[in-house]
Formats: sequence, C-alpha cells, structure tokens
Amino acid sequence: MSSNTLTMGEVAARTLADEMRRDPTIWVLGEDVEMGGIFAQYKGLFQEFGAQRVVNTPISESTIMGAGLGAALVGTRPVIEMRIADFVLPAIDELVNQIAKVRYMFGGQARASLVARMPHGLMAGSAAQHSQIIESWFVNVPGLVVAAPSTALDLAGLLRTALRSDDPVVFFEPKALFKTSADMPDDWPAIPFGKAAHLSAGDDVTIVSWAQAMPVAKTAAAELADARVGVDLFDLRSLWPWDRDAIVASVARTRRLVVVQEGVGAAGFGAEVAATVGEAVSALKGIRRVASPRIPVPFAPTLEEACWIRPGMITKAVKEVLAL
Amino acid sequence: MRHLLHRRWRLHEAFVKINGIKRGLWRAVDHIEHPVCLSLMGARLDVPVASREVTAPPRPSLMQIPSHKTDHCAFLRELYRRMKAIRVFEDTCVAAHKAGEMPGYIHSSAGQEAVPVGVCSALRTDDRITSTHRGHGHGLAKGSDLDGMMAELYGKEAGLCGGKGGSMHVADFSVGMLGANGIVAGGIPIACGAAQGLRLLGSDAIVACFFGDGAVNRGPFLEGMNWAAIYKLPVLFVCEDNTFSAFTHSSTTTAGPGPLARAESCGVSGERVDGNDVLAVHEAALRLSSEARAGGGPRFLWAKTYRFSGHVSVDPAAYRSQADLDAALAHDPLALARAKLAKAGLPEADIAALDSEVQADILRSQARARTLPYPHRAQAFMDVQDMGAPA
Ligand SMILES: Cc1ncc(C[n+]2csc(CCOP(=O)(O)OP(=O)(O)O)c2C)c(N)n1
Ligand SMILES: [Mg+2]
Repeated sequence: MSSNTLTMGEVAARTLADEMRRDPTIWVLGEDVEMGGIFAQYKGLFQEFGAQRVVNTPISESTIMGAGLGAALVGTRPVIEMRIADFVLPAIDELVNQIAKVRYMFGGQARASLVARMPHGLMAGSAAQHSQIIESWFVNVPGLVVAAPSTALDLAGLLRTALRSDDPVVFFEPKALFKTSADMPDDWPAIPFGKAAHLSAGDDVTIVSWAQAMPVAKTAAAELADARVGVDLFDLRSLWPWDRDAIVASVARTRRLVVVQEGVGAAGFGAEVAATVGEAVSALKGIRRVASPRIPVPFAPTLEEACWIRPGMITKAVKEVLAL
Repeated sequence: MRHLLHRRWRLHEAFVKINGIKRGLWRAVDHIEHPVCLSLMGARLDVPVASREVTAPPRPSLMQIPSHKTDHCAFLRELYRRMKAIRVFEDTCVAAHKAGEMPGYIHSSAGQEAVPVGVCSALRTDDRITSTHRGHGHGLAKGSDLDGMMAELYGKEAGLCGGKGGSMHVADFSVGMLGANGIVAGGIPIACGAAQGLRLLGSDAIVACFFGDGAVNRGPFLEGMNWAAIYKLPVLFVCEDNTFSAFTHSSTTTAGPGPLARAESCGVSGERVDGNDVLAVHEAALRLSSEARAGGGPRFLWAKTYRFSGHVSVDPAAYRSQADLDAALAHDPLALARAKLAKAGLPEADIAALDSEVQADILRSQARARTLPYPHRAQAFMDVQDMGAPA
C-alpha cells in the first residue's frame, strides 16, 4: 500500500480543509459534523477550524438549509451537510423555493453561493428512507448545479470547483463508496462541471453512467472489452451542467447508447440523456436504460436485490443494442 | 481596477448622446450598491473611452432620523411620514391592481404600518431584515427606494429586481432588505443564517426577522427559535400579528397562549406591544435590538395589530364582522401617530402639507412606473446560474 492510499472520506475532508484554509468565509454546518460527519468526511475539521466554522447543528434540516442561504446572502460560503440525501426532503422548500431562485427573483442582487452536500445511493440494509436516489429532482430545478462524482479524485476536484463558484451546488456523494480506498496522486486539481470523464474508447457502444452505478459500469465494460466489444465509456460526474456534447459526439459514432444509473429509471436522469441523444443523433440504432424499478427500496436482502445494478444487466443491454 | 474584479458588482447602463454620437454610460456598483466604477463607452459601446473609480459614501440612510430625545417632534414627524408613505403606497397599489394595470397579487399591509416603521427606525442601515409576502412596508421602512419598489410591482425593468420578482419577492440589498418571501415562515431560517454569517464576518449588525401570526404554526418557526437561542444569534424576531392567517382568524388555528410563549419556551425572551402604537413598537424594538446586538442572544417582539384590507387586493374579507373592522379602524395606527404628532406641536397645516407631499410623491412614482419599459425578453434567461446557464 502506498502512503498515498486514502479513503474517499479522507480525501473529502482534506480537500475541504484545504479550501477552508484558502478562503476564511467557507464554513460548515450540519448534524454531527463536530465528530467528523457520519462518513468521516469532515474528520479533523472541527479540531482545526473550531466551533465558529464547523457548526454542529440541531436536527433541523429546514434551518440547516435556510440558515446556509441566509449566511450566503451576507457574503459567506456555507457548506451545508444534509447527512444523507433522504434528509434533504424536510429542507426542500429552502433549497428549491429559496436557494435555487434568489439570484433570479432578486434580479441578480444576490447569489446563493453555497454547497449542499448529500451522500446518496443504495447502501445495503438501508431500506426505503435511507437509500434513495433523487438527483433528477434537482436537475429539474433551474438555478441549481448538480454534481454526482463516483471517485475520490473527482469528488475532490468537483468540490473545489463548487467552493469557488458563485452558483448553489447540490453535491451528491456516493455514500457506499466513502470507505473505499484509492491511490491518490499528489495534486487534486479543480475539475469543471459539465465535463465527463472519458474512461475507455471504443466504436461499438457508448456507455454513460455516474455516481454509485459507475463502478458497476466499469466492471461490465471490462467484461465487454474481454469479449472484444469496443466500449466508449463515460462518467458524467455532473448532471447539470452535463457533458451533452461529448455524449452526443460519441453516440453519433457508435450509434448505440446504454445509460446506467442507480435509482428509479422513470424520469430519472438517464431518461434525459436518452432523450437528448435521441433528438440529436439521427442515425441512431438503439438505446437502453439500465436503472432500478419504480419501487421503494425494500429491506430484506432478497428484495433489495431488485434495486441493485449488476454488471450482467449492463452486458445484457449492450448485447441487445448490438443486435439492432 | 484589477482589485475590483474579485468583488461582486453589477452594471447599470444608460445611453447618452454626446455631439450626436450615442454613447453608453456604465456604472458598476458593488453588492451593497456603492458605486465602484464609472465608464463612458465609445461609439461602438464596447470600448471604454473614460473610466473612473469612485469611492462614494454608502447611500444615506433613511434610518438616520432625528433623535427621539433631542427633537421629539421631528422624530415623530419622520415616523409618521414613513407610515403615511406605506399607507398611500399600499392603497395606490391595491387600486392599480384592481384596475388591472398592476400584475400579480397585492398583499396590502394597510393598518400595520406601525410595526415596520417602529422596528426599522430602531435599526442601522447595515442591519438586515427578512420579510414576508406582505413586505412592501418592511422594504419602504428599511429605506428602499420608492421608485424602485413601485417599478418592481409594475414588473418594469427599472424595478428593484428588474421586474423579475414582483411584490412577493421584492428585495433591496442596498439597504439590507434580504427579500420578501412567497413562503410563509420562509424568512426565519434565512434570518438565523444571516446573523450567523454576519458574526463570522466580524460584524455587529443584527437581523430583524418579520413574519406573520400564521407563520408560528410552521416547523421552521420552532427550528428558528431553538437555533437562534443555542447560538445566541443577534436576531430580533418580529411577529407582526394582524389577527388573520389568510382567510382564517388565527385564534382558530393557533393553540396555547400565543407566539411569545412559544419563543420563551426556547429561551428567547421578548415583549408584547400594541402594534398600532409606533412609539411603543420603536421603543421595544430599540430595547430588544440593543440587547441582541450586545450579545444577549435573540429577542422576540410580538406586535399585535390588525389587517385593514382583505388578504389580497381582491379579497372582500367577508369572513370578518363589521364590528371587528370598525373597532380596528378606531385604533388606526396612522391616525394615532398623526394625533401624537399634533400633540407634540406640529401645526395641522404642516401635517396636511406633509400628507400632500407624500401623496404627490407616490402618485409621481406611479405615473413614472407606468411609462417605464418592461424588461427585454432576453432578461428571462439571465441571472439563472453561471454553470449550466440556459442556452
Ligand atoms: C408555506 C406556505 N403555505 C401557505 C401559503 C399561502 N399563504 C400565503 S399568505 C398566507 C397567510 C399567512 O398568514 P400570516 O403568516 O399571519 O401572514 P399575513 O398574511 O397575515 O401577513 C398563506 C396561508 C404560503 N404562501 N406558504
Ligand atoms: Mg397574519
């Protein structure tokens, strides 16, 4: 193990600490951030920055989100921790009715320059209220930027950009991956929003994924490569803005698209990708969406399996479009 | 000018003809509307021919009013003038809306003027306020530009929000007015965070948070009281209790002894005042805000008043009795302030002259707003967001 092997949680904490040293107006508020957050993604920050900048809050999601906005309106840059994405729902008014719209409603007088972080995705045994994927709801809200990284390096790079931008950023983090380790380079530079990571080049099929489905898509793509299928594989990394140009250009070549996402497929972000490509690529041969069914996430492992994305589902979809 | 680049600023643009050549005049202002740069653009409009940085003092504060102690009459006159301006403004807008010339909903605050005026006269310019759907009075009392407010309600480009907010979202950051709010209780968490942010920035400004008696039944009310108390935030919560929650008498929807007791249960102390007595409101607000500013933590002002109009301009308010309305009208805050002003020694002729002056000013502002252009269609796509902006 190299000395640069870090968990995603450690990478998140170090990146934020770095940014907080750079910009004294950045501060954190959320439940249990004092002890480092429930995924250790804030570990050590309270010790370094103190109670004024790492604010441990009551279980008051509306006010965590709304206070973040108020603090942004007077010129600070809050990092709003939502614990998990399911708990943003009590704060949806503050996020959707207020944060997303203040700049517009007030004719540009104000910005809600903040980052609302919410670990999301399936996690074994978490059931219906601790496992939801609701990213597409926020893509539907004008004013918001939506990030959904799948790797530690992308998380670091996108978090930096989020903290340096004037837009409100809804920052989804892959919660089941926080404990995974990665070999990190020395530099973790900022990564722009709307730029997909092109992970492998191929001419037969385009596979697009993001967040927690991404490692599954990578496994499937490796299997397909072994079977001599040329896969053009992308990690979108951010869902608004998203790298429409790269995906359209790829499918214009491969003429086949498989979109892989965790969470309910109906009106999920995969539908937006599929529709956009369908409108833009005339010589299209086939599109498949791989996603979870439209059911609440069940508890029993045998039932929960219905929601997980497995490599076999992706290879099957690829074989279907290749046959078209 | 490089050092200006990291500051947030926006551009005001005007066109002038000099020797028959159309030139753009650009004025950059920072986030609190201090002019930071003036540029005269060349005939091609994209090349500055002259630029000058300006360091202007902050806009004069309407909060800077004669001292209560040293010139009581002048002080009362100023409070009365602001109340009168709000009353005439509201009545003018309701009439304009009913006549079909002003779009949107108009929630009039007629009858409640003593609350915003009493509270805001106890604040500094750099203190912030959060407001509600019934927010014109809060903005005007905090010192918002009358013409900007009027133009905004008409949906005109010269409005405070460029015509993109309207009555329910009118904001004026240049005077610390952080926005009306279309969501009941929406301002409460925002006020808490604004106070927290100001503290982090080392400011001793405070935040006054206006909300209605209906808002105390929403969750953010409890969250906000608790939040402000645990962090000892400098927030003055102002419950502007006008007796109604939309079309319903609030006594039928609010359990227990009322808003102040709820705040006190979280350790937020405060006072109940006659919300129709502008002096009483002012004095209570001054006491409470000084305590909050001095680090005493949040304070609560429960100002009992009455809404003269319906919930919105088109509401005849048939759900209330004439007797109740008559009783309220007999306790009209504007008439009470006028009587106090007369008693303090301002001759009736002077008060009448002041009335006409205010009336004329608002009619002039309305006439101006009518003639102003609507925003250009392109504005619909601006100020949404930087990354992923509409194509
Ligand atoms: C969360 C929310 N629920 C309902 C409404 C609709 N609504 C607008 S004003 C209002 C009444 C609010 O009463 P109060 O807080 O006392 O303010 P007032 O209208 O008396 O000034 C209601 C129900 C809203 N705007 N927001
Ligand atoms: Mg009310």
